[in-house]
Amino acid sequence: MRRFAYTRADDVDAAIAALADHPDGVFLGGGTNLVDLMKLGVVSPGLLVDVSRLPLAEIRETAGGGLWIGSGVRNSDLAAHPAVRTRYPALSQAVLAGASGQIRNTATTGGNLLQRTRCLYFQDVGKPCNKRVPGSGCPARDGVHRDLAVLGHSEACVATHPSDMAVALAALDAVVHLRGPGGERTVDLTDFHRLPGDEPHLDTVIRPAELVVAVELPPPPAGGSGYRKVRDRASYAFALVSVAAALEVRDGSVQDVRLAFGGLAHKPWRARAAEGALRGARATEESFTRAADAELAAAEPLRDNAFKVRLARNLAVRVLSGLASLGGAAAVTEGTVS
Amino acid sequence: MATHPAPDRSTGPGRSGDPDRTTTSTVTLRVNGVPRRLTLDNRTTVLDALREHLDLTGAKKGCDHGQCGACTVLVDGRRTNSCLLPAVAHDGAEITTVEGLAELVGPAEGGALHPLQQAFVDRDGFQCGYCTPGQLCSAVGAISEAAAGHPSYVTSLTAGPPGPPVPLSPDEIRERMSGNLCRCGAYPNIVGAIEDVTR
Ligand SMILES: Cc1cc2nc3c(=O)[nH]c(=O)nc-3n(C[C@H](O)[C@H](O)[C@H](O)COP(=O)(O)OP(=O)(O)OC[C@H]3O[C@@H](n4cnc5c(N)ncnc54)[C@H](O)[C@@H]3O)c2cc1C
Ligand code: SF4
Ligand code: FES
Ligand code: FES
Repeated sequence: MRRFAYTRADDVDAAIAALADHPDGVFLGGGTNLVDLMKLGVVSPGLLVDVSRLPLAEIRETAGGGLWIGSGVRNSDLAAHPAVRTRYPALSQAVLAGASGQIRNTATTGGNLLQRTRCLYFQDVGKPCNKRVPGSGCPARDGVHRDLAVLGHSEACVATHPSDMAVALAALDAVVHLRGPGGERTVDLTDFHRLPGDEPHLDTVIRPAELVVAVELPPPPAGGSGYRKVRDRASYAFALVSVAAALEVRDGSVQDVRLAFGGLAHKPWRARAAEGALRGARATEESFTRAADAELAAAEPLRDNAFKVRLARNLAVRVLSGLASLGGAAAVTEGTVS
Repeated sequence: MATHPAPDRSTGPGRSGDPDRTTTSTVTLRVNGVPRRLTLDNRTTVLDALREHLDLTGAKKGCDHGQCGACTVLVDGRRTNSCLLPAVAHDGAEITTVEGLAELVGPAEGGALHPLQQAFVDRDGFQCGYCTPGQLCSAVGAISEAAAGHPSYVTSLTAGPPGPPVPLSPDEIRERMSGNLCRCGAYPNIVGAIEDVTR
């Protein structure tokens, strides 16, 4: 690992200034992804600007009836917060579906959004990878890609974004608050992560020295929300496919629906086509299936990951059916999905 | 949740305005109640500080990448993987390792054990023992998280409103302990030992 200097800024502006002055620096949140990647040699910063002790660890209700989640809030505190559990259950469940108790205690909201892909080639500095070394090639496309993208990928990169939390935030219409040398701005979470195109080294639209200050949620959708994740083991594994959904049913018809997929693309995949097909439709398994199929018609699976398309459809149907039959209650029951 | 008073962090490494480019720092870690002042390369993790600089070899290095839980310790009362923590970022932190677990519940003269350690012995909650310090620290953390009403993925699928302590059923224990791998497969007895102390 390259030697690095360390600084802990006293306030947000000092943290931004420290990075603006030192282009070889990076922010340090909990370090659970950054330190791992530094050990692997995937990233080699010369300076860590520690933002984990900035006063950004607050969760509060907003005047508009939404929720403000500081970027320094630890994943476990986010998942356990009463307002999150009761009003945004999909978010609590998504965070709890990720990593382990130890990692969630350390990982921050900002760091979770900005974690890097788990593509094996990206993590192996002995291999080419367009995301790590632009222009070097993408061995995953013809190599090991069972876990990788089926939607929105490009010739240059077929990686997926690994965050569970971000999938729930995408379904819940979250907004990312950023602050950088040029001032403050907000970006919808669904526009924060990018598709790879021919610039796969850019995971998100964040600019140099820009800090994630907070994530803001609008008031919770009417009806209930839930998150389900399918993975190779029962716990402590990244998603093959995951679904975050919110559903409001009135008189047997879909009044409102939000649907997002994880594990399918380079970003949390907000399923607008499926949502459009469902609004006003009968809240039945047939409608849910048709809507999921409408969304997944765009899928272009690779040699070894076509199974994800059917898995995603079945998981979406199960989550939506669970929300519908419970009249929108939070719980989504366990069961076989295949 | 925090079982320790908030440490004073008003001084320490990296506190001056412009970061100078030195790559070492002097930090104080309070390890098992004793302040330990160390000058370390910034690349040193809390795990390496404990094992290589403080001769506390209880916490183990299994994977060094956050994947196995063998390095689990309590930092300011919360369990975490010490292999992913830069020591420089934890100046002032209160760290409890397996060597200090017994003292959490009382004076540990004469080799007294934490009740969970005793339960692991009684239940045969290990074989080679390599994962055990991490299992113990993780379980102590998991038990206090559940007592504070923190949900797990399996709680959130079944339980009602937040608040009261979450009872630790075997399913809850398995889910909450999934960050600790055991190559010897001692899982059934680890779950049993944890059940014993929470019953
Ligand atoms: C074994 C293992 C299993 C895991 N399993 C899962 C899983 O199943 N699901 C899942 O979702 N995640 C999983 N994770 C990933 C985990 O969720 C992330 O490592 C964690 O959320 C990152 O947060 P952090 O605060 O530690 O970020 P850091 O490691 O500190 O930072 C990550 C990135 O974000 C940047 N950054 C940090 N904070 C900010 C900020 N405020 N503004 C701008 N940039 C910032 C850093 O510069 C860095 O580039 C797993 C991790 C491990 C090690
Ligand atoms: S899929 Fe993306 S991250 Fe993986 S090897 Fe190809 S370019 Fe690299
Ligand atoms: S050594 Fe830290 S998790 Fe494996
Ligand atoms: S007892 Fe051997 S690894 Fe767990």
